[in-house]
Amino acid sequence: MRAVRRLGAEAVVLVLATVIFLVPFALMLLTAVKDQTQATDLDFAWPTSWPVVENFLAVIEARDYVLLRAYVNSTIITVASVTLLVVFGAMAAFVLQRRPGKVAKLADFLVLSGLIIPPAVVPTIWLLQAIGLFKTLPGMILAEVAFHLSFAMLLFRAFIAAIPRELDEAAQIDGCSGFRLFFRVIFPLLRPVTITVILVSSVNIFNDFVNPLYLLPGDENATVQVTLYNFQSQYNTQWNLLFMDIVLITIPPLLLFVFFNRKIVAGMTAGAIKG
Amino acid sequence: MTKQDAGPRTGPGPAPGPGHARASRRRRDSAYPYALYLPAAVVFVVIFLVPTAMAFYFALTRWTLFDSTFVGLDNFRDFLAEQNLRIGFQNTIIYAVVTSGLKVVLGLLLGVLLTSRLRLRGFLRSVVFFPTLVSTVAVGITFAMLLKPQTGLVNQALALVGVDGRDWLGDATTALLSVALVDVWKGVGLATVIYIAGIMSIPREYYQAVAVDGGGAWHRFRHVTLPLSWPATYSVIILSFIGGLRSFDLIWTMTRGGPGFTSDTIASIIYKQYQAGFFGLSTAGNVILFLVVTVIAVPLNYYLGKRQVAA
Repeated sequence: MRAVRRLGAEAVVLVLATVIFLVPFALMLLTAVKDQTQATDLDFAWPTSWPVVENFLAVIEARDYVLLRAYVNSTIITVASVTLLVVFGAMAAFVLQRRPGKVAKLADFLVLSGLIIPPAVVPTIWLLQAIGLFKTLPGMILAEVAFHLSFAMLLFRAFIAAIPRELDEAAQIDGCSGFRLFFRVIFPLLRPVTITVILVSSVNIFNDFVNPLYLLPGDENATVQVTLYNFQSQYNTQWNLLFMDIVLITIPPLLLFVFFNRKIVAGMTAGAIKG
Repeated sequence: MTKQDAGPRTGPGPAPGPGHARASRRRRDSAYPYALYLPAAVVFVVIFLVPTAMAFYFALTRWTLFDSTFVGLDNFRDFLAEQNLRIGFQNTIIYAVVTSGLKVVLGLLLGVLLTSRLRLRGFLRSVVFFPTLVSTVAVGITFAMLLKPQTGLVNQALALVGVDGRDWLGDATTALLSVALVDVWKGVGLATVIYIAGIMSIPREYYQAVAVDGGGAWHRFRHVTLPLSWPATYSVIILSFIGGLRSFDLIWTMTRGGPGFTSDTIASIIYKQYQAGFFGLSTAGNVILFLVVTVIAVPLNYYLGKRQVAA
């Protein structure tokens, strides 16, 4: 009897969660494969025709292949800034954790302020313009690194606290210190938390809409999020193409998730919550 | 690597200790040269701190990005006199409180559920986390569709059970809350993961102790899970509250601050002024946002941090 009740409860939970969390995705997918007239209904009707390839090509070709350019831009921005985030963030978090003192106190304060202070966007435009990086990918990359650094350092720092100092001492006896100690000994041990940082920050950066909106205007610099505006006009939105675009730009984060799914919690257990 | 700090030191901070520091201490510290801070510090100081500091100056000017004339506190006066500011301010607070509150409650519930002996645990974890992967803009567009008054699925579903839905995003009384709920839908996955991690790190012995004392499920939750997952609660509150105060992209894609100015937040007002070319004014808004966030977040962080130590 109890087993049956339990099974019933589980079924209810399952159905609820599926409806709440998956129905919107079903709508996206269905609309993406409909023709333009049927797509305007925005309902769950089964597609009468399946212009999947046509929609796909229309989205790719729109505005002189802007989506492909956007894909390249977004990929470059994401890969470059996440790489820098991981290396710079882990290095800094290592000294921060290992060498307490006034400098560490200041660094701690800066990490916290990086989490709290909303970036001053317009002055950032001014600054990037002054150093010649406004509307350029390197400028965008550095900005993403600066904006996500605090979060990465927080995770790394908590994880490093769990690595015993004896390890450093043993390495020092073998003549390893400073950069060599970090890159040879410590960095490889950070793998679990590195995966969490990579996953969380690359999804955030790939999906970022606000910062490219301010710091990277212009069609040649478009990122994937900005392409969503191509198919939306005030009077005649092409819903099927809009949703095909949404589906296409959701694929990379999804793949990342499928590969790293199990490791997120591992990194989090060590990091975020022990802050 | 020599014993001393390699390379130029950036950043702030005093020179390393005076000469009489003990040799062993010095040797130990030299294993962790400040130069490891260097790349992170350069990027952070140049791209983040300098603009933040400059914001305080530019907020006092009429500014075109190329030149600026000093106008004193005029921008602040104008920004604060902005008609929709009061409502924007109110909305920002409501939004942050509603989203972070719901994320804590639902995240904790889902966290408990998904660490229990549920058969489809793995599947459900993925499902709940799924929305976190989709961009805010895409989520905004999709839900704007689902919430349309006549054609939207939400109202059609409500009609099936005999409830008359309304124009969720077009109605001044529901627009902001609808957006906040979508924010919760999207963000609760992350809160849940944080709670799952927190709950899994609670030592099993505590639960065994409750079992020995004959406590039931409620007892386990009330006296073990709830207090011991406090660090997770702390993270969720801080992350989602600050996120809520700054939130812009979801509101912008779903309502653009409308109808009228009823769902404007400080961040969307700032963007509108930037778009209109009032850079000094918009920067003054940013300084105000900065002050608001700091005034709320720092004491909150301090208070929650203290409780965390106590817990």
